[in-house]
This record gives sequence, structure tokens and C-alpha cells, in this order.
Amino acid sequence: MNDRIAPDQLAPAPRAEERKPAPAPVATRGYIGASIPRANAKRLLEGRGCYTDDIQLPRLAHVVFFRSPHAHARIKRLDLQPARAQPGVIAVFDGRAIAEYCTPWVAVLGHLKGIKSPPQHAVAIERVCWQGEAVAAIVAETRAQGEDALAHVEAEWEELPAVTDMEDALSGRYVIHPDLGDNICFKRELVTENFDAAFAQADLVVEETFGFGRHTGVTLEGRSILADYNAAEHSLTVYHATQAPHMMQDIFSRHLDIPEASVRVICKDVGGSYGIKVHVYPDEMATAAISVMLRRPVKFVADRLESFLTDIHAREHKAKIRLACTKDGRILGFDLDDLTAIGPYSVYPRTSGIEGNQVVNLTGGPYRHKAYRAKMHVVFTNKNVTCQYRAVGHPIAVALTEGIVDLAAAKLGIDPAEFRRRNIIPDDAYPYTFPSGIKFEKLSHEQCLDKLLEAMDYRALRAEQARLRATGVYRGIGLAAMIEVTNPSPAFYGVGGARISAQDGATVRLEPTGMVTCLASVTEQGQGTDAIFVQICATAVGVSVDKVRVMTGDTGVTPYGGGTWASRGAGIGGEAVLQAGKALKSNILDVAAAMLGVDKATLDVRDNAIVDGATGEAKLPLAEVGRVGYFRPDTLPMKFQAELSVTRHYTPREYGFTFTNGIQASLVEVDTDTGFVKLLKHWCVEDCGTVINPILVDEQIRGGIVQGLGAAMLEECVYSPEGQLLNGSLADYLVPMSGDVPDIEVAHVCTPTKQSELGAKGVGEAGTAGAPGAVMNAINDALAPLGARVTDQPFTPERILRALGRI
Amino acid sequence: MKASSFGYARPASLAEAFALLARHGEGAKLLAGGQSLIPSLNMRLAAPELLVDLGALGELEGIAPLGQGLRIGARTRHCEIERSALVAERAPLLAQAAPHIAHVAIRNRGTLGGSLALADPAAEWPACCVALGAQIVIASARGERRVAAEQFFKALYATELAADEILVAVEIPPPAPQARSVFLELARRRGDYAMVGLAAQANRTDGQLRDVRLVFLGVGAIPVLARHAMAAIEGKAADAAAIAAAQHELSKDLSPNGDLYTSAEAKLHLARVLTGRALAALAR
Repeated sequence: MNDRIAPDQLAPAPRAEERKPAPAPVATRGYIGASIPRANAKRLLEGRGCYTDDIQLPRLAHVVFFRSPHAHARIKRLDLQPARAQPGVIAVFDGRAIAEYCTPWVAVLGHLKGIKSPPQHAVAIERVCWQGEAVAAIVAETRAQGEDALAHVEAEWEELPAVTDMEDALSGRYVIHPDLGDNICFKRELVTENFDAAFAQADLVVEETFGFGRHTGVTLEGRSILADYNAAEHSLTVYHATQAPHMMQDIFSRHLDIPEASVRVICKDVGGSYGIKVHVYPDEMATAAISVMLRRPVKFVADRLESFLTDIHAREHKAKIRLACTKDGRILGFDLDDLTAIGPYSVYPRTSGIEGNQVVNLTGGPYRHKAYRAKMHVVFTNKNVTCQYRAVGHPIAVALTEGIVDLAAAKLGIDPAEFRRRNIIPDDAYPYTFPSGIKFEKLSHEQCLDKLLEAMDYRALRAEQARLRATGVYRGIGLAAMIEVTNPSPAFYGVGGARISAQDGATVRLEPTGMVTCLASVTEQGQGTDAIFVQICATAVGVSVDKVRVMTGDTGVTPYGGGTWASRGAGIGGEAVLQAGKALKSNILDVAAAMLGVDKATLDVRDNAIVDGATGEAKLPLAEVGRVGYFRPDTLPMKFQAELSVTRHYTPREYGFTFTNGIQASLVEVDTDTGFVKLLKHWCVEDCGTVINPILVDEQIRGGIVQGLGAAMLEECVYSPEGQLLNGSLADYLVPMSGDVPDIEVAHVCTPTKQSELGAKGVGEAGTAGAPGAVMNAINDALAPLGARVTDQPFTPERILRALGRI
Repeated sequence: MKASSFGYARPASLAEAFALLARHGEGAKLLAGGQSLIPSLNMRLAAPELLVDLGALGELEGIAPLGQGLRIGARTRHCEIERSALVAERAPLLAQAAPHIAHVAIRNRGTLGGSLALADPAAEWPACCVALGAQIVIASARGERRVAAEQFFKALYATELAADEILVAVEIPPPAPQARSVFLELARRRGDYAMVGLAAQANRTDGQLRDVRLVFLGVGAIPVLARHAMAAIEGKAADAAAIAAAQHELSKDLSPNGDLYTSAEAKLHLARVLTGRALAALAR
């Protein structure tokens, strides 16, 4: 059989004149605000992407991991020799062998006061602390041979008590890491001076306890790494599906003892990350160490089953919240007590204290109360580790806040939209300092609420709801206002001692033909970073988008930077690209002015040409500047040096975070016989400042909402009391599929940040942040006439039927 | 997730397939559409020494009239049943159930015989075959035999099939002129295995339901014929009282186990809800 296409059957590549012309730039802001199709979409759709697992190197070996079947156990005996004897096996290593080449780590940060965690090794030594923890590595010629050999590892265990319940962990009945004294990784308390008085004078105090399941971010591409150690130069090249190549470069360097400059981290195409791929994974560190040990390239790709056991999990909170208000519906204060469990280790290097910390920072977010008290405990358990996943802490804080706000509104008999209107921070109140201490530059809650109510035709929906209720149809409308942390400054990690860059850089270079190359330190995970950098760069330089090529994800090539996390790519990386592009334009004009013998101020770059700034008359094609700049600089004035390559960096400084805001609404119908919820429609109005590419922004919102809908309705990593993951496959861990997702209407209010010239705020996490709260409120609105209420996510039919008293 | 190594054979005739089964016994595994088997190989839940691919056996394919009834070859794919005008006319229950089977891509490859032979307790076809009173046609080197669907399913993932036998076809009796059917299923996502499902069949004459067959999926190790509930509604008009009586009787028929997300109690409740909806639909 030959299913290859003969060369003469292939359609010829389009000739230059047949290619579609580049879209024309929009009036004054260039391509900013235009929905330009992303350059890499076609390549990926045609199957010409190149992911880490697509890379084949000579002498490539594959590593598989023997993983703990127990949640907590001592390794009594581990015999790897029978596995070593299997066909194709190159080497076998236990934790001690790996530890000789890879030092352990402790994930704490200075600004999270008191956070503690024990040293963690790449491969477990003596003791395992969760089901799925790597216990041994088997290196083989193929992945299949490695998996064959796994069955021949002999291990004996002494099971230890597994702590799997958060409250049990907090009680300290059994301490997982005796050296630490208790199971508390981190705790934080905060109270404003006026707190007691506010609650004492309240007309109404409502209280509720909410539960949030453990989730994981299900990426299309599994975690992947190919480490290639070169003994001749003691250098390491790592092809890595990661969000933060420079962070990983630093970590490989320090833990494998290779000079930083000799470590190069390259990201090929990355198939989705959602925060999953911004952490240090023990099996990936082991893979890099094994490459050093064996002096050959070694690949590890987590399969789906391993991913469920070892990709970071997130959420798992139980929180009690109280709200105090006056009888006319003015919120006086919030009182929070949050408990969250993170598995047996704080995850390196960002720590697992951030999510709980965010819940404390953000709860009550959109409102103008003055009193706040928060208590939060982060505890160790014998389950997989948790860490930062899309919208870190936000979905918890939003659902808590919006759930208790709805309860207060209901008790007072005030419409939930009206109750919010009375309490949101007014649009003219900025800059504003929130009771938790965070500062808002400028938000637009009032405009967003107005726009949302109009978009959904709130009054008509309420009328329809009442009409249908009379016929036994239970529809509910839920609102969730929110704030979102974006564009973080060094206040997020750097001040705590983490070697994580909050600044990003871009190098922009004019090529001899007039093309422009942009090298950026923010990375592409599939979210479209490359596409918006093309737009920003083309706009800044004055060329059409087809002239710009963007390269990211290579520590050997791009400027130093943080990569992709905390909704920072557009706002921070984009500003660096803008400034680099503007500087390049200025340098191009210097060359052109020298060539033309005119004053630089009279010239401009437009549509790939040097033009007279006043008349628009074409003076020189850009390619001519490139030709002279690179090949005939001898024709330029004697002391003049063309600089057609420029690098600029950007760090937000004025505010710790550039907050964004928005509001979501959900319309649901509950089948009160089956407990099934049909999501009928979803709306989101949000304010991410300057919108660079409307389609990409809307799809970020939609994609984020879908992950939030998953949280509300479907997703939960279910563990047995013994610490066994019970639903570690896609057949059992349910993520939303296209047919389960309602239409999502997205609209924007635009309040650019004044911290940067671009004015962009982040947008990647807002959808995930607000959706679960909106859905929860909608379900409870539907159930209200039946006196039922649900507070534990996900809202399974079982939980709804129980709330209804049907079972 | 790589399958352990296995042999592969693609016999050109049933006789050749029987010979392979005779040689390899329990070590051989029949491959039809592969929609359950291949994932289980990759997850190393199954590690046969030989896969016997039935893909070349054209005689196992196709939907044909059998008298006024139907014969459906074991290798007939779900999508072909879903689209067949003959099935819609003579066994509408199958046409009603087909869209609930997983997703289009899976229906394009998965087969009727594969689903029946695997006997997943939450699958649609086993319950439908029991409801329709179908005969399962089984062949081996020893000859051909027929087993009523009701007797075919023995226990969790266990059937009447011996290691040397191949399920070759399903024969469905002709429908009565007044026959009505309804298929209902509750799954948290469309296409998932059912939490609870119900294949229901009855003849409606003079406003009364006769020869009622209520077969549940997802609530036991095998498809469960709800005999007490059936008896409660037999010969009755499906009014509120009769439906309530049938729903009440269900606790004698079903003793479901809870699963990850749904308790036994909830499953029984949902089975009652489906019973009410199905009987109302049959009577309509």
C-alpha cells in the first residue's frame, strides 16, 4: 500500500501574485483592534505543527516512570534489575541515583510569610507521598519497550496513613512531614480596623459555606520534554513544552549544575497550557538529569493517564463566607474563612500558596465595602500536588462573593442586578484601594453592568422566567461580577525571591528585503501571542502584517523574559514589542534621512515604504533601506552607523497588578425530576483595556468560560479516602464538549491602562474566573421557588436532586 | 500508553477465523470496529497474544430483510444502523437509540456485534436487543446456533460466547402493527455512557399497552428486564395511577450500584423518572 501522494498530484505552491494581499491597516491605530487571522493557524490545521514529541534525534532514548500505587508509603524494597534485563532497556534509576545529578528543591517564597514545604526530589527516595509519584525511571530504546519493562519492576511497600481530607489535615491528627511539625503549608490572616464595628451595626448578616472540587487543566498536548546533554561542552539543550523557558533555563542550570549560558530551552509548538506547563515537574527534571547521566538525548511525554496523576491539580477549597449589610442593601463587609489542600509538596518555584492568597486578596472584589476579615489555611494532603491553573483563585473568590451577594439580595428582597448596582465601586472612584490592600488603577463595573443587562435584555428574561415558572419550567438567571489580576509586576514572585521574570523583552530587526523579524520573550501556547505581536510590530514599524515574522520560545534567541502566565503576554510582552518597533522605525528613518539627505522629522514609514510625512509621497521602499543598511553602508555618511536591530523591555511598575473587571451572566433550566441542568446561554462583558485582536480576545473569553463551565458542572478529580484517584481518564473526568456549551455572547468596555502606551490589560483568565459563580447563581435562582440551594461544585444531578429532596 | 506487543491476523473467511481461534484459544481477541478494544490495549487493560481482525469478512456486514423482520450483520457499523430506512421501519427502537451511542466518529467505526460481544452494561445495543426479543446468531467450527438476547448476557462483560465462537449476526423479529418504542437515556454529556437508560417497547391497542418490554441499561451488570414494572402496566392505559404503580414496582426489578457521581438511590430515582416518561410516550 502506498498512500503517499505522488509529487505531480500535489497542488503547486501559490505563486507570489496568487497569494492573498495582506489586510489593509485600519485608519489611525494601524492593526491594533483588527481581527487579523493568526499566521500559525493554517500551519497547525494542516498538520505541519512541530510539537516536542515530533522531534527525533539520533540516539534518542525514552524514559518511563514507575509510579507509586499508594498515596503514602515507605519503599521497603525496590528491585529494578528484572526491568533492566528486558529487551530494549538502556538503564534503570532509582531516586538516589537521580539525586546525585539533580538537587532537590523547596518551594517557598519570602513574601508568603511562614510558608513551608519539605525538600522534594525528582524521583522519590524512601517514601512516596501521593499516588503517581515517580519511584523509578526506566530508559529504553522505545516508549513501548519502557512500558513493557515497567511490569517487571519489583517493589514492596509499607503503607502509611494517608491524609486525604482537608479538615483532617488541618487537625494535625497525623502529620505527613513530621519535620514540619504540622500539615499547614501556609496561613494568612487579615482584618481591617473597622471590621467588628461593621458587623455589629449590620441589619443583616448572611453566611454560607461553599465547596469547590479539585480540577486539572486538560491540555491537548501532554507534558513533553526532550533533554539533550552534550558532554563535550557540558551544555544542555532542552526542547520543552513549557510556558516559561527562561525560568526553566535557570532551574535546569541550578539543579543540574550546568552554567546558565550553557542551558538552552526551546519551545516548539505547545498544545495548550492553562498554567499546567509553568511548573517544575519532578519527572521532567529527572528526564533532564538522565540525559546528563547517559550523555544522550532523552524524551519523556506524559500520557493521559500519567497526566491525571501528575499534572498539577487546582482548586479544592472549602470556604465559609459571611456578608454584613444594611437593610437598604448596602454591603458593609465580608468575612472569609478558606481552607484549601495542595497535596504533599508546595510546587516549585511558584509555590502552592498563591491560590489561597488570591482568594484572600480578591474576595469581595467588585464592591465598595470597607470592612474585611479573612482567614486562610493551606494544608498538605496525600493527593497529587496543586498549583496555579488558569484564573488562580479567582473562580473561588468570585463564586464565594457572588454566591453570598445573591443570598443577601434574596433575603432583602432586592433584585440581584439592583443589589449589585448599589454596591459596585463607582466608575469615578479610581484610583481605589481595596480593603485587602490591593490597588485598582481604573475599572468600569458600572458600565459593564449596564452593558450586560442590555445585552441579555435582563427585564425580558425575568418576565419570561416568571411566565415559564407558572408552567413548571424552572429557569434561573445568575450574575457574577468580577475582578481579575493581570500584567503582574515583580510583586507577584520576584519580591519573594523567585527567579521569575516579570519584565519581558522584544528584539525587532529590519531584514535586507524590508521584512521585519520580531523575537519576543513571551511564549505561544496556542493562545495567539504570535498573532498579536505581528499586529503590534507591523503597526509600530509601519509595515503590513505579511512583512512581519515573530519568533518566541528559545532562550538562545529571544530577549530574557517571563513567558506566558497571569494574563501578561499582551500587556507586558506587547508593550515591549510596541516600544521596540517604534525604536526600529526611528532608526530606519535615521538611515533613510541619511540616504535622502533630508531632515528625519519630515519622513515617516507607511505601507512598507519611506514616505514624506506631510504629503504621504513615497520616497523609498523599505527594502532599499535594508539593502543600503546591510550591503552598502559605505554609501552612508562616514560617522553614521545604521542600527536596524533594536531591543526593548517593559516592566509594569506603578501598580502591583493591572486589574481588569467584568461581569458574566448565565441562563439555565433545571429539570427538577432528573437534576439535570441545561445551560441555555451565557454572557460576558469585560474590560481588558485596549483590544488588539477582537476575535482572539473573544475566543480567550469563550475558552475561559468553557473551562469555568466545566468547573461548575462537570470537572472534579475524585479521590477515595485512601488517596486513590478514581477518575483518572477522560472517560471519567468529564470536560465540557462543544455540544455541552451554550452560545456565549461577549462584549467589551474599553478602559486602557495608562501604565503603558499600548494600554492592554490581560484577558486570558476572566472567562474562567466568573463563569462558575454565574452558573451557580443561575441554578440557585431556578431552584429558589422550591426552597433548594446548591453550594458544592460541580453541580451534579445527584447534588441537585439531594438539594431538592428528591432522593 | 503503548499496547504491549501482539500478533495480528486478518482472516479472509470465517473458516480461517475459526482455525485461528482454535489455535490461540483465550489468547486470541476478535477485532471489529476497535472502539473499545484498541483503547483497552493501549491502556494495557487487555494484552491478547493475537488480534483476529474481522475486517475482511464481508459476510458479517449489512442490513437485510428476514421475512418481515431484520437480519443485521455483526460488523454493521452503528452509523449504518442509524441511517437505515429499513431499520427505521422494522426496528425503530434501534434508530432511536443509535444517536445516543458515543459520538459520530465512534459510530462511524464501532459495530453492532462488537458492542454486543463486549457487553458493556451501560451500552445501548444490548438493552435494545433484549427489548426487541432479538436472536443472537453465533457461529463456530461446530456450526451455527441462536441465543435469545435475554439469555445472551451472563454477567459483567460476560456473554454466552465461547472462546471459539464468533457473533455473526442479530435477527430481529417483525414488529407488531401497533408496536411502539422509545429509547431514553440520561448522560451528563451527550454521548457518554448512560447513568441510566431505558429501551422500551410495547403494542398499543385500544389505548392500552400490551407486551410491554422495559429494559434498563447502566443500572446492573447486564441489561435488566424490569418484569415487575412491566407486569404493573401490562394491559393498562398509561394513566398517572398505572405509571405510578409501575414506577413503584421498579425497586423490585432494579438494585443498581452507585457509580462515581451517582448514588444507587439516585439511579433508582432516575430509572423511575425515565419509566414515567417512556410509558407516557408509548401511550401517546
